[in-house]
Amino acid sequence: MYDTSDIRKGLKVLMDGNPFTIVEFQFVKPGKGAAFTRTKFKNLLTGAVVERNIRSGEKLEPANVEERSMQFLYKEGEDLVFMDESSFEQVSVRAEMVGENADLMKDNLPCQVLFFNDRPVDVSLPTFVLLEITASEPGVRGDTSGNVTKPATVETGATIHVPIFLKIGDLIKIDTRTHSYVERINKS
Amino acid sequence: MTDAVRGRVVAVDRAGARAGMALVRTARGDVEVKHAGDVEPGDLVRLAGRGQPLERVRPYLRGDYPTPDTELARLARRRLGNLVARGKAMAALRGVFAARDFVEVETPLIVKAPGLEIHLTAIPAGPAPGWLITSPEYQMKRLLAAGMERIYQVCKCFRAEEEGAHHASEFTMLEWYRAWENLDAIEADVCALVAEVARAVNGEPIVSVGNRRFDVGAPWMRITVAEAMRRWAGVEVAGDEPAPVLADRVRAAGIDIGTATAWDDIFYCAFVEKVDPALAACDRPVLLVDWPVPLGALARRKADDPRLVERFEAYVGGIELANAFGELVDPLEQRARFEDDLAARRERGREVYPLDEKLLAALTEGLPPSAGVALGVDRLMMIVLGADHIRDVLTFTSAER
Repeated sequence: MYDTSDIRKGLKVLMDGNPFTIVEFQFVKPGKGAAFTRTKFKNLLTGAVVERNIRSGEKLEPANVEERSMQFLYKEGEDLVFMDESSFEQVSVRAEMVGENADLMKDNLPCQVLFFNDRPVDVSLPTFVLLEITASEPGVRGDTSGNVTKPATVETGATIHVPIFLKIGDLIKIDTRTHSYVERINKS
Repeated sequence: MTDAVRGRVVAVDRAGARAGMALVRTARGDVEVKHAGDVEPGDLVRLAGRGQPLERVRPYLRGDYPTPDTELARLARRRLGNLVARGKAMAALRGVFAARDFVEVETPLIVKAPGLEIHLTAIPAGPAPGWLITSPEYQMKRLLAAGMERIYQVCKCFRAEEEGAHHASEFTMLEWYRAWENLDAIEADVCALVAEVARAVNGEPIVSVGNRRFDVGAPWMRITVAEAMRRWAGVEVAGDEPAPVLADRVRAAGIDIGTATAWDDIFYCAFVEKVDPALAACDRPVLLVDWPVPLGALARRKADDPRLVERFEAYVGGIELANAFGELVDPLEQRARFEDDLAARRERGREVYPLDEKLLAALTEGLPPSAGVALGVDRLMMIVLGADHIRDVLTFTSAER
């Protein structure tokens, strides 16, 4: 069990059966009362953030969670198959767990897979991925004011809005947090 | 010597419109001066007067000034200006007390019986048994028994394990007492002092918390603890209900109390969750008055309602600035409350300290009716300077000792 003096960013705790990570905390102490730690917890399964005041003396239950570096191998129906980079163990994860980023996953992509009670519960992609454009209409000169974009398909199948001057074969950087185009990368 | 400049070169312009100028950080702020091309950032320099050459007193030795961990770079960037303002504030503060016929006193920082409050931990010091004070109140009350009437003290106090945006384990306390007077006089003192210090530093009685400005010269809002708990937490508090009854009411208001079973712990679960944020949202300074007996500490009971004590806390923008008591002067009740505190400390597995028999002897000898208050000077400086962390107003933090 943890107590309030163990509270730090990134500490994983179990509350109401759900695993949480501590994202923020502040020491508060009324003049004549007990010390509290005003703590923000992020639910590792849903991403929802809750705030709770933990009184000094209260206990927090550690959550059995582990983040493992794994490589994406291939898609198998609705499952994504990953391999542990150190033990070479393979696990299958339902594609819906990755959400809309499933269409940004290229073979061998290094990911972080979160295990809760030894079951995979969440996959985080690197913040940026580099993918090649495989299909896109040529840009039409015309309205050049503002940010003119066009849809483009990348090698993993995702459709991303890119600036109008990009063409098939261009390598682009995509932010997986927003599922959107960042910049063109010069191939070297 | 009005044109004399001395300080440290923090930037040198060698090209562009300001070529030939160096920025010198002096004790009074940054000044731009001409140089002849031979100064480097980091050098200590002196200019004797107008038209004189800039003299390089001590060349900077390491190059690449400023490095992030130099004493000067750290202090200068964040705090030097705040420390100068703090000096000004302390002069104003002493002026407020001088104008009111107070005597400044100094009592020991190392004591044989530290504060017994249940939630405080003292830091051991000197030959055992000895601790650093958590507050000078026991010693100052002995001075009241000795016949002093208006006394104040500015001193360091020490509370183990208290570090945060509003807490430092070593901090500066201002305490003052008025014998033969009541809490109203102390209330007037607090409001006047805060306004006076703000005026001395900022030119007007305005302080700030976050980006919000507060007029501390205008009348402060007053609210009772019972009303604050009713309005903001939806909890009725009388002060004489048993802990389980209070626990039911707090839980019924949708507030989690965890494993709390003691009256004060249950109360503060609701207070921290609901009242603290509401106090922070108030657009005026607030005096929280009429505390229930279980939170009475060293305050005397109110004559017209024995479930309440004469106590107030002062808040600005949610920052708790001061705590005041109509002082408990009955030696028997004081001894009983000390015994209760000790029992509570034992029960909660906290360190048990000796009773301050010298204070109890002084109370037995007889204290006139008195009122007193403790005010956090660092927090006062925070609001006067608009700092959002206590480290910005400290000379060195505990990590920088």
